Amino acid sequence: MLHVDDLRVHYRTLRGDVRALDGVSFSVADREIMGLVGESGSGKTTLGKSLIRLDGRMRHVGGTVTLDGTELPIGDDGRMNAFRFNDVSIVPQYAMSAMNPTRRIGTMIRELVTSRGIRFDTVRSELDRRLDLVGLDREVLDRYPIELSGGMKQRMVMVISTLLNPKLLVADEVTSALDVSTQRAVALALAGFRDRDLVHAMIVITHDVSLVYQIADTILVMYAGKLAEKAPTDVIVERPLHPYTRALIAALPEVGVQYAGKRLTGIPGGPPSLRPPPPGCRFRDRCPVAFDRCAEQPPFVEVEPGHSVACWRAS
Amino acid sequence: MSDDPSATKDAFTASGTGREALFFARRNRKLVGGGVVVLVFLLVALTGPWFTTDDPLAYVGPPGAGPSGEFWFGTTTFGQDVLAQFVHGLRATFFVGTVAALIAGVLGMVVGFTAGYRGGLVDEVLTMITNVVLVLPVLAVLMIIAAYLEVRNIEVQALIIGLFSWPWVARAVRAQTLSLRAREFVDLARLSGAPVRRIVFREIAPNMASYLFMVFILLFGGSVLFAATLDFIGLGPTDGVSLGLMLNHAKQWSAMDLGMWWWFVPPGLGITSVVGALYIMNVGLDEVFNPKLRET
Amino acid sequence: MLRLDGVSKTYKVGALARKDLHAVRDVSFELRPGEVVSLIGESGSGKSTIGRMILRLTRATSGTITFDGTDIATLRRGSLKEYYRAAQGVFQDPFSTFNPVFKADRVLTMIRQVYFPGTGDVEWRGRVDDALSAVSLNPDQVLDKYPHQLSGGQLQRLLIARALLLDIRLLVADEVISMLDASTRIDVLNLLADLKERGLAVLFITHDLSLGNYLADRTVILRRGSVVECGATSAVFGDPVHPYTRTLLASVPRLGIRWSDEDLDPGPCRYHAVHPGGGPPLAEVGDDHLVACFAGNDERECV
Repeated sequence: MLHVDDLRVHYRTLRGDVRALDGVSFSVADREIMGLVGESGSGKTTLGKSLIRLDGRMRHVGGTVTLDGTELPIGDDGRMNAFRFNDVSIVPQYAMSAMNPTRRIGTMIRELVTSRGIRFDTVRSELDRRLDLVGLDREVLDRYPIELSGGMKQRMVMVISTLLNPKLLVADEVTSALDVSTQRAVALALAGFRDRDLVHAMIVITHDVSLVYQIADTILVMYAGKLAEKAPTDVIVERPLHPYTRALIAALPEVGVQYAGKRLTGIPGGPPSLRPPPPGCRFRDRCPVAFDRCAEQPPFVEVEPGHSVACWRAS
Repeated sequence: MSDDPSATKDAFTASGTGREALFFARRNRKLVGGGVVVLVFLLVALTGPWFTTDDPLAYVGPPGAGPSGEFWFGTTTFGQDVLAQFVHGLRATFFVGTVAALIAGVLGMVVGFTAGYRGGLVDEVLTMITNVVLVLPVLAVLMIIAAYLEVRNIEVQALIIGLFSWPWVARAVRAQTLSLRAREFVDLARLSGAPVRRIVFREIAPNMASYLFMVFILLFGGSVLFAATLDFIGLGPTDGVSLGLMLNHAKQWSAMDLGMWWWFVPPGLGITSVVGALYIMNVGLDEVFNPKLRET
Repeated sequence: MLRLDGVSKTYKVGALARKDLHAVRDVSFELRPGEVVSLIGESGSGKSTIGRMILRLTRATSGTITFDGTDIATLRRGSLKEYYRAAQGVFQDPFSTFNPVFKADRVLTMIRQVYFPGTGDVEWRGRVDDALSAVSLNPDQVLDKYPHQLSGGQLQRLLIARALLLDIRLLVADEVISMLDASTRIDVLNLLADLKERGLAVLFITHDLSLGNYLADRTVILRRGSVVECGATSAVFGDPVHPYTRTLLASVPRLGIRWSDEDLDPGPCRYHAVHPGGGPPLAEVGDDHLVACFAGNDERECV
């Protein structure tokens, strides 16, 4: 069970701090796959990184992350090391570059596992089982990363990241660089880890609502460093309450929809600068239903069980 | 589609790449410090000869005298003014460095751009030539050339050094051109009907400006050192004076054994300071042009 | 207007260029004025290579591409310039399409230098304003700015505006919206639809079936360099015949429909039902609906 409470992470720049995550609170239950959806600059990748490793420019300003009752020292890179891979693991966006090109994959895994103080032999059989699970040949261990296709690499990294049964797995845009047919296999393999109870909870970060719709139990929508809406997947897709969520879903072209029959519309304007963000609701300028009260930041409140939203119109 | 915050992207909303570089250049201590040292030496080289004798090889003073009020840097065994030799030598050094760097830079860029942009057979031939020149034992070849030339002045020396230092520039420029050529803005320029020359010099080269600038500095430093080496082993100009020749003469007339430190310290220190300062500038430039190395 | 006839592209790869890599094999289709054709394929399908060949950025190894009856391979300097007056391209990565060293509106200035050297400042400014308003851009927001100061959507519109400054009749749009956010992507799509209404032909190259479907009158599905199925969009999407097209369609994540392991059995090879003994590369299986043999490219046999 993951609890994130009022998490604030800023990026340091010459022109002052960018408030990439500005007070974010949510929970992910055991056996829950949470889809984290947002556009560029919404803070979704920052949130994913915050849970595992802050990069050089990121600064933990406030808030806590608790995983199964233990608070993660996310601001302390050294202490966080004990949790990475064991408790929290990530499948990064560009898995290809995460692998050393001069090492055979098997050798690399052996080194990684050994560096965590675990004997390779003890995980060997489990490794084989996981390869079967994602549909990879066991022979891939004798190959070099460059010999694998994008989808194979992505699945390989998934196997490695989850080898020690982490409590939380963060998958960051894992399918966005893949072809349509591979994307499906990788996404289903990801869900397979949860179905077999190999990871407790999972956060799948993506810009593609229709992709997380396929595998996620709940969807969390972010906008400009804040949470906009969280609800079970079907509720988000069928009865979204936040105007941003609605617009986002309305802007998705579906197979079978043609512009002549049903002309879709985008969302005018762009997200606000977060350095610092404007007061009030951050979607106000682009929102079709904004009114006076939106000058005040709406709280992220539960409007029905499991469905929270940050909008004055909804609550 | 990753949401890297627009943080660094618009850090300089109102200014351009050039002004941004200048902003960091002025705040970079390595660059400014190195630049000041080089400028001081350049100033001495340019103006110094006006204040000393026209002929630095003339016998003007007492032989082997130490620094004094009349001869600040002392005199040689033959009574030549060391200061006069130093400032003239410094001028020759800057000349050799600049000319050789220009020749090597232009040659390397032309070969590199052509090979990288044209590709195919042109690339293969040019790359082969480049590699051949690159593996030539330059010092040995230079010794042979230098030994056969009757009259060697610093112009010839600069030319020879320039002709042998371009291959690594060509290789580096070629590699960069290859990667830039694949960028879509080059396609767009082609779709705009721009001729090849314009694409190379107006689209590709500006993206390498910082790099080419550094190449020039490195070539300059390398040529100065190389000239000094040649001078010192006796393959320098047969007439004229340079810092390397001063060292050569000082060694030849056992200045070291005679304790005439004022004869060899100024040229040695001059070369070391100019080249050292250039390399420090280069490190500084790296930081200016590469945002990742900037200390903010 | 634009016609591809048996176009192939072979790259020499490997040590000493001994191996042939067939990026595009024997592709033929046609693009009429005011028509949008979607070229859909996964990575390695050769879709971008086809776009580049049409724009003469790459030469075809064999086959001909004709524009208004002229083989574009024969175009030389002056005539190539005239071709680019009528045919232009917009590419996938807006940030890479702009030279980062210069201001973004330089792409417009380049057009002026080459095509309108005699145009006065005032008249040119008027044209630029017209082109920008056609793509719903505010001149004050995009002119005199560096590429990194603009959003991906603005940059792509600026590129379309650049093409509109010329008298273009054909626009090759290569993955133009795949790097844009969902909220802005649909606006660029609608913009392309408006251009089509103005009589422009658009070749819309994409890997995303739902995007290809939104815009296109006709669809070409590519796989490993060959056309596997093509025809009217309604036919290809409504009644996909080739197993590859079916797999693609079934893999697209859609809202409201979960991936299920439904059986994708396409039945016996429809190509060989039409041409039992073999025949042209594509067999007509319906009104404006062509399909290749169900077997892959490598094994030319069909089970």
